[in-house]
Amino acid sequence: MIAFVIRRLLQGVLVMLVVGLIAFSLFNFVGDPVSLMLPPEATQADRDQMRGALGLDKPFYVQFATFIGNALRGNFGISLRLGRPVSTLLVERLPATLELAMTAALIGLFVGIPVGVYTALKRNSWVSRALLTLSLVGVSLPNFLIGIFLILIFAVWLGWLPSFGRGDTVQLGLWSTGLLTKTGLKALILPAITLGFFPVTLIMRLVRAEMLEVLRTDYIKFARARGLSDRAVNFGHALKNTLVPVITITGLQLGGIIAFAIITETVFQWPGMGLLFVQAVQFADVPVMAAYLCLIGLIFVVINLVVDMLYYLVDPRLRAERSTGGGH
Amino acid sequence: MTLTHVARAGLLALALVSAPHLADAATLRWSSAGDITTMDPHGNNEGFTNAYLDHIYETLVTRGKELKVEACLATSWQNVSPTVTRFKLRPNVRFHDGSPFTADDVVFSIQRALSDTSNFKPYLAGVKEAKRVDDLTVDIITEGPAPVLVPQLTEVRIMSRSWATKHNVLKPQDYKNKEETFAVRNANGTGPYILRTRDADVKTVAVLNSNWWGKLEGNVDEIVYQPIKQDSTRLAALLSGEIDFVLDPSPQDIGRLKQDPKMKVLEGMENRTIFLGMDQWRDELQYSSVKGKNPFKDKRVREAFQAALDVNALKSQVMRGLSVPTAVMYAPQVDGYAKELDRVKPADRERARKLLADAGYPKGFEVTLDCPNNRYVNDEKLCVAIAAMLAQINVTVKVNAMPRANYFPKIQNLDTSFYMLGWGVPTFDSQYAVQSLLRTRVEKSADGDYNLGKYSNANVDEAIDKLKTEIDTKKRAALAIEVSRIHQGEVGHIPLHFQVIPWAMRSNVSVVHRADNKLTVKWIKIK
Repeated sequence: MIAFVIRRLLQGVLVMLVVGLIAFSLFNFVGDPVSLMLPPEATQADRDQMRGALGLDKPFYVQFATFIGNALRGNFGISLRLGRPVSTLLVERLPATLELAMTAALIGLFVGIPVGVYTALKRNSWVSRALLTLSLVGVSLPNFLIGIFLILIFAVWLGWLPSFGRGDTVQLGLWSTGLLTKTGLKALILPAITLGFFPVTLIMRLVRAEMLEVLRTDYIKFARARGLSDRAVNFGHALKNTLVPVITITGLQLGGIIAFAIITETVFQWPGMGLLFVQAVQFADVPVMAAYLCLIGLIFVVINLVVDMLYYLVDPRLRAERSTGGGH
Repeated sequence: MTLTHVARAGLLALALVSAPHLADAATLRWSSAGDITTMDPHGNNEGFTNAYLDHIYETLVTRGKELKVEACLATSWQNVSPTVTRFKLRPNVRFHDGSPFTADDVVFSIQRALSDTSNFKPYLAGVKEAKRVDDLTVDIITEGPAPVLVPQLTEVRIMSRSWATKHNVLKPQDYKNKEETFAVRNANGTGPYILRTRDADVKTVAVLNSNWWGKLEGNVDEIVYQPIKQDSTRLAALLSGEIDFVLDPSPQDIGRLKQDPKMKVLEGMENRTIFLGMDQWRDELQYSSVKGKNPFKDKRVREAFQAALDVNALKSQVMRGLSVPTAVMYAPQVDGYAKELDRVKPADRERARKLLADAGYPKGFEVTLDCPNNRYVNDEKLCVAIAAMLAQINVTVKVNAMPRANYFPKIQNLDTSFYMLGWGVPTFDSQYAVQSLLRTRVEKSADGDYNLGKYSNANVDEAIDKLKTEIDTKKRAALAIEVSRIHQGEVGHIPLHFQVIPWAMRSNVSVVHRADNKLTVKWIKIK
């Protein structure tokens, strides 16, 4: 187990170094931040001085090495756009993104699973067909369009929910939460639905497919033959056995949701890391972009690691094979 | 809560208690795409940030509703010698922290704006130093006669020396030093509004300064600024009543907003000219099918290009009416505007084809037009439309559009054959435009620093050099018009239009539209 974890950790570090290297080589193409930081009438000497001050005059591998060296000490430099330490900015924005992503994932689970079960059990009802068609729309419509539709309906026409922002937040130590205020909760609804739309459709289709498969297996037939109630068969036996892959996929999806949040955050001006990143790209704010990409890399690596370990714990077959292998 | 927080909260509470009762006080909630980048008045010389900071920090002189220079923290000024301008300061002015405003603060702020980490040096070009004469008198000493010193001071904001000393912000932020300085998120000026909370990219709140020396013409006692990056979301927030004012509505939404009785759109000409420039110095054009020579060196080619362009069509078809076509390089609000020269000629493709044939290109040629795609209103679309117009005289234009962060370094290195640029004049004085754009380029100086195609004419240079030291307003205007006349005759650049900037707001909001795109809240009334 420990050897397994260490091996995965080392792989993770390698992945992150590669992410960082690729990101850094791309930064050469986002343009010159100096041209945005200095007014047009600045002289060439001013520009050269600024470039030197920022270390942009050095070749990219030197910049990369400096970045890695500083990052290991927890120093990601200072944002060129906002003039504040990048690590502070990320810590400030992380809660907003995580609250949004978690809510979206929960919506995915709590809507996706029941709908998936329903469409599997009542395969031929028109409600199932409608839900399946809707899920196709959900998969194919781009995220930002769903967001804009929701804004148009619930903010502009009905005036029920805010169209942008995060509402009032409460500071709990380093964590700023919008879950404890009324405006914060109201502001969360539309972006969370927008971001949750894709996981809902994914989980629902996954649950449906798994359920259909499980319902065909022998033990379900035997359970029915034993005269168990429909409820016990469908939920106690069938659903339980479909949940392992669902949880795995949801876990893996979480990384995707956090990364996907960029679009939703931009549409709703949600002050999370994704919005910070989009603004950094436009300003060629290299320190923020580099730190964000590394952080997203880290989140993916950690989630993958946790999922692998959970699998190891949850699935008895994996453990059994190990132990027999060890015994012989 | 630290002690300073307690102290600040106390002060604020005091300010609130003593606030005179504004009978119809209102909160202004407004938005635009980007945020204020810093609260440091000498940190980032960017138009939007400067405009916001004008509410908190003040300057020696400012611009009134007609954009003429008016007294602000200085009550009067005069030249005591060609190189010394003496400013009398306004008495009994206090900073937001309660400390009195004196000559020391002015001397300090000018020093700070001149320091090596400041981005505000261009506004103090030619200034040697500021000297305290007495508590309420300051001399600004320049290297030579400085006719534009006073208008430039509208962008040099005054900070408190004692506050800056106390919080260790004697210099603007240095990016070598990887730390945030206190002045990035805190402010202490003399202006009509006091910064209350600052949450970058989310919300910035300022409240009325009840001890302000001036008289408030509007009725806004609280300013809430929330940037919204996405055009459609910003519009939705305005329509749903979550915000009152949008500085930068997207051009395609204007028609719709105008039809809504609850909304109001105010359009005004921006003090910014969009024009095309051409490489007139290389012996062989870099990005072109023509080898061994440079067609733009021939005046007939430049004239042909100009004759082929229908700027009125650009206005109606690309700009949706939001432009004022022009034939000159700087706008009517600028001193020295050449009204008699600003006559737009209709497109004449026959003449253009003939001129091209006479110049030796009867079959046209191919050239690349460099163009930004996120800097000016519809910039890339304009370039595409221009390419289509030039195609009619057999000139094949390849449009090379890119984001501003890539575009400006490229053209600043003169790595272009044909480019689009927009030029605003924050000083409202023609020298700012003609010196940068039309004077023969002298490396590492302000002369021709944006003359990226190296247009050059000895008579133009002579007139511009005179302009630099001429103090008499009438003579200055005559010199600027002379420059414009020669330049126009040679088709040194091809002017296209002045941008028209629309501001959108709820119909109960009354604002004063400024040609420099700066929202001034002290004039805003909300019913």
